[in-house]
Amino acid sequence: MRLALDILTIVAVSLGAIFFLAGTVGLLRFPDTLTRLHALTKADNLGLGLVVLGLLPQVSGPLSALALLAVWLLALLSGATVGQLLAGKAAVPDPDRAQTLAPVAGSRHD
Amino acid sequence: MTNALIVDAALVLLVLGLALWVIATRAAYSAVVGFVAYGLLMAIIWVRLAAVDVAMTEAALGTGLTGLLLLGAAARLAPYETAEFDRRPGRGLRVLIGLLCATIALGLAVVVLLLPEPAPTLALLVADNLPPTGVENPVTGVLLAHRAIDTLLESVVLLPALIGVWSVAADPAWGGRPGSLPRPPASSALTLLAQVLPPFGILVGIHLVWNGADDPGGKFQGATVLAAMWVLVLIAGLREPPAVRERRLRLLLVIGALVFIGIGTSGIWLAGAFLAYPEGYAKPLILAIEAVLTLSIAATLGLLLAGPPASDQPTRKTS
Repeated sequence: MRLALDILTIVAVSLGAIFFLAGTVGLLRFPDTLTRLHALTKADNLGLGLVVLGLLPQVSGPLSALALLAVWLLALLSGATVGQLLAGKAAVPDPDRAQTLAPVAGSRHD
Repeated sequence: MTNALIVDAALVLLVLGLALWVIATRAAYSAVVGFVAYGLLMAIIWVRLAAVDVAMTEAALGTGLTGLLLLGAAARLAPYETAEFDRRPGRGLRVLIGLLCATIALGLAVVVLLLPEPAPTLALLVADNLPPTGVENPVTGVLLAHRAIDTLLESVVLLPALIGVWSVAADPAWGGRPGSLPRPPASSALTLLAQVLPPFGILVGIHLVWNGADDPGGKFQGATVLAAMWVLVLIAGLREPPAVRERRLRLLLVIGALVFIGIGTSGIWLAGAFLAYPEGYAKPLILAIEAVLTLSIAATLGLLLAGPPASDQPTRKTS
């Protein structure tokens, strides 16, 4: 049983790491903001989800498991929102807002 | 052991590389993004050094809040940035700056490398004197009992910072609502986040403060989370930032320091020294101070991010 759980951990965390790697490569290589966001969400949602799934068998108690799940859900929530905001920004270029909103104007410095 | 060593070495190399990149990069915006990543890596390093309190402060204040302030500054400076590129200082001045910086780095390195072995420490003294304070987290014990004066000044110093921010307001705008926060066009995603996240965030903030007595956490970390939730609601446009002339707001800003000073002053008669706690009441007093300070710090940090009062004056008539 212990062995099976350990194997699950190794497989899931490795898969998660692969998604993070793929997401990072996509972020660096893709041509524009929308496709880069697509790559990022893979790392954030799937990659982090798989890492959390892999760590679940290793936690000491149900509270720590809940905390891990909460981390993933909060990352999902904020990632999805920021993705929407950035995508909206990238889809509708708005020059006079770009000055006051540099934090969101992520496509500016490439 | 070796695995941990590999991870630590990778972390150190990453941090050093990022630090160099932040200095070398030309655009302010990229430098700030690099600085945020640098701060998060520093937080991981503090965790590796078993200094979880410092890690949380670094992540919340050093990276989150400072990063946001710097992003705002970079956005404001963006129009002037290209002009700055053309007016680079001459080679001589740059070499001189480089030499001075290198001297400081070398001096710091020498000091760190020449520390006596074992390093001087007050840890044992703190551990021996922790029980009378009633708290179990040695960091909180030091901050609020043994070195309370530092903490008092630390929380008061936020107010001059806020006054500094407010003082750059234009004359006609004085007293109005802060207007530096970005206001993205209303979007359902942002509104949803600003409605869903704050209950959890407030819970996490209170948990951090409450836990600070016995486990890593404390008022600064908790207050930063609370301020973040407030700012999120403000950015989403669900609430307007309060006008800075409001008496209640100003009372909220200073009440933490006032309570701290009040309890500290009464210690002169009750416990024989300024900022000393009467025997047996240390823990409840520390908790009370932490609670009120948290509110004040959260309000101050939120208003720091909200910036100086802008020109809109919904409550005052133009004369």
